[in-house]
Amino acid sequence: MRFSETGFNLEIDLSTGNVERVETDPGLTELHLGGLGTNARLLWDRVPPDVEPFSPDNLLILSAGLLVGTHAPGANRTIVSTISPQTLFMAYSMMGGFFAPELKHAGYDKVIIRGKSPKLTYLWINNDKVEIRDASHLRGKGACETAELIRRELGEPKAQVAAIGMAGENRVFFASIEHGRSSASRLGIGAVMGDKGLKAIAVRGTKDINIARPAEFMEFCNGVLKYIEVRDKKPVPGVMPILAGLGSPQEMKLIDEEWHTTNFMWGNSRTRRRDFWTKEIEEKWRGTQESVRKRLISCHNCPMKCGATISAPGVSTYMMKCFSKLTYTMAAYSDLDFGFRIAQRATEYGVDAYSAPQVMAFGLELREAGILSEQDMEGMPSDNEGKFYWLLDRIVRREGIGDVLADGTYWAAKRIGKGADAYAHNNIKKHEQLPLKLGMLNPVYFLMYSTGEKSNITQIEGQFPQAPFATKEEREDFVKDWIHVPHERFKQYLLDWEFRGERSNPYYPTVEMSCEIVDWQEMMHYIDDALGMCAGLSSFPLKPPYHVHNYPQIISAAAGIDIDEAALTKITRRNRTLVRAVNNRRGLTRDDERPPEDHWKKRFPELEAKLLDEYYKFKGWNKRGIPTRESLCGLGLDDVAEDLAKRGMLTPEEGVPPPQGSVG
Amino acid sequence: MKAEKKKRIVKTIRVDVDKCNGCRACEVVCSAFHASPKYSSNNPERSRIRVIHEPLRDIYVPVYAGEYSAAECAGRDKYTIDGKDYDECAFCRASCPSRPLFTEPDSGLPLKCDVCESDPPLDEPMCVQWCLNDALVYEEREEEVEEEAATREELETGLESLANKYGMQKMLDTVARISKKG
Ligand code: SF4
Ligand code: SF4
Ligand code: SF4
Repeated sequence: MRFSETGFNLEIDLSTGNVERVETDPGLTELHLGGLGTNARLLWDRVPPDVEPFSPDNLLILSAGLLVGTHAPGANRTIVSTISPQTLFMAYSMMGGFFAPELKHAGYDKVIIRGKSPKLTYLWINNDKVEIRDASHLRGKGACETAELIRRELGEPKAQVAAIGMAGENRVFFASIEHGRSSASRLGIGAVMGDKGLKAIAVRGTKDINIARPAEFMEFCNGVLKYIEVRDKKPVPGVMPILAGLGSPQEMKLIDEEWHTTNFMWGNSRTRRRDFWTKEIEEKWRGTQESVRKRLISCHNCPMKCGATISAPGVSTYMMKCFSKLTYTMAAYSDLDFGFRIAQRATEYGVDAYSAPQVMAFGLELREAGILSEQDMEGMPSDNEGKFYWLLDRIVRREGIGDVLADGTYWAAKRIGKGADAYAHNNIKKHEQLPLKLGMLNPVYFLMYSTGEKSNITQIEGQFPQAPFATKEEREDFVKDWIHVPHERFKQYLLDWEFRGERSNPYYPTVEMSCEIVDWQEMMHYIDDALGMCAGLSSFPLKPPYHVHNYPQIISAAAGIDIDEAALTKITRRNRTLVRAVNNRRGLTRDDERPPEDHWKKRFPELEAKLLDEYYKFKGWNKRGIPTRESLCGLGLDDVAEDLAKRGMLTPEEGVPPPQGSVG
Repeated sequence: MKAEKKKRIVKTIRVDVDKCNGCRACEVVCSAFHASPKYSSNNPERSRIRVIHEPLRDIYVPVYAGEYSAAECAGRDKYTIDGKDYDECAFCRASCPSRPLFTEPDSGLPLKCDVCESDPPLDEPMCVQWCLNDALVYEEREEEVEEEAATREELETGLESLANKYGMQKMLDTVARISKKG
């Protein structure tokens, strides 16, 4: 019997209509756990670097993590992986909600989709019965609308549906896959789904998930809930409200947006409005939020309430989470009411709420600068909010200028020329970033921005405070119950970190410390992404219930594979290195690893070079950011080393097998 | 049989639908608790509490599995509360042929909430313990009731109707399977 996983993947070829249930190798679980780890292995094995994102040979993988479907609170993530049309590297995006647990209960760990259907279709997975069904009547329908229609036509109110909207159908480079209150938004995954002619996947499952050591596992789960209860009553003092508690940032619950609105940039990541937040604004926004928010809601088996049902007068009800509440508002220099309204349309269209608003603001900047002409914008209304609706409608249909903007700021600027690339100023690896522009370089953040394979800061940061605490007392207080650190010395790094003077940014934390801090934070995300655990209960918030010390036992008790901290660290490093290798093979090198030039005002080229050098070394990569043969073989990825060497991506010395016995 | 006045503990789970966030933790833990061995598997389909939820209509109603009913009701209930129309039978606890709710997925046998009967007894039922949002709150109160033990005849009718619906063989198989597991 397989524990914690089903042991089966569903392989779908949309070109031939072939459907296969394939037993997986339990050895792969021991090597990679599951989720992102095994997804990376599949992409490495089956998607060679010459495969374009919109090739039938590109895979679209929707995977439930290893712990999904067990009783572990918060284990509900679907990890979607493919090759991104925007970055041309491996894309992965996690979505919460209820899809992944349902998939597990239907008897599958992953759905692996290849090929392309000539007609728009949807997939209906009902336990052992799998059908590819016609979806031509769903063309152009909104993502939430589609889910409702499918549930109705199947007569299955309990089916969980992941669907794309018009943006995905039309291969918008920042199209998302939507699933109720959640979405896999980043890196254009929805465009690949649309390219495959797949409108939606509906799933219903009624099978058991088995636990290897039930009593022990249950004790951990109870412990996690107890911890959440206690932690909930003890917000971390001295940090902004969204970082004080557990869960994803509590945007739906909190009204106080002083921090975002006065620190994040407005427009096309342009203007900081330090004085924006006033008592009047707070009252107005409170009124808006409280009137449209019907209920705070959660994901499968999680006590937190990070999402909300939103019902604004005149627009259909939808569900929202997190920061999308502010991205449209701020891109348009508008107010919260507009944000809630346009987000409804954007959710039905299925676009990434980080990229889409920025792309639209970028388009308007280009118009103002005269780079885009009046003809380019023919028919655009004159009012500010109307412009955003107009642009959104064009983009998701790829009509006129919308067709250009639908490729995102990087590629749009290339197509437009005339100096437009100066306006695509907020990208890493061709991908739009959060609108943050800061003063002093923070060495830890420099490394995370540069090297994060997800190209999204929230998917790598979390465990170490973003800024030093002001006083010694606060620091001492913070480290008191900081059981999460992988090693006691991390506490000292924090205790010594100050706002000014010798032990402050950018030279403190030192280069060595920064490497360790980044590595720890990233490790937690890779564990979560393999397990399907929500980052909101683990890698993202400070002092979460899951951490590097209890995870090995939880995983062992659930899956029956015996691992300790060292083994878990090694698995994580293996997964992380494999994702890097997939990308190296597609051309990723050091040159791609740079935050936007204007991310910090004060930059330190020498220090930055040293940070990258040392971090690469720490990770077992060469100076160009490619894993060395030694580190690959040490992780049991000999075949990967072989392949990279054959492609001439490792220099001759790096290509030489290590002397016997030098790696463990 | 003569009715006697007796004291008994009435176990109540108070359901506050306004506090439900639709997380289904109650379903998860109920099915895990009733797995055998305890907690060895989980499958909301086997849960004795199901959360009827339609997020877009803001409907969240945790419903406990009650008695098995051999035939569906002649008349159906449909509620409107606070301007929201609830589906037919939405609040009914019966395991009934009109709908797939509260039946074991493999045997089709009915499920019923036993308030987590166990030895030693739990402080609180599992679904209540796992509902951190206090949508489910456990209460015990003492009541004087006229106790009438179920007669043998009644029990037999119950079994008979089950056998009628599911077939004797299926029932016997399931009993055999359950006792093997236990
Ligand atoms: S913490 Fe929030 S986002 Fe994460 S699983 Fe729970 S409800 Fe969902
Ligand atoms: S555990 Fe509580 S909040 Fe969650 S679905 Fe059940 S009743 Fe609702
Ligand atoms: S009280 Fe126990 S048996 Fe009844 S629904 Fe809750 S967990 Fe299940």
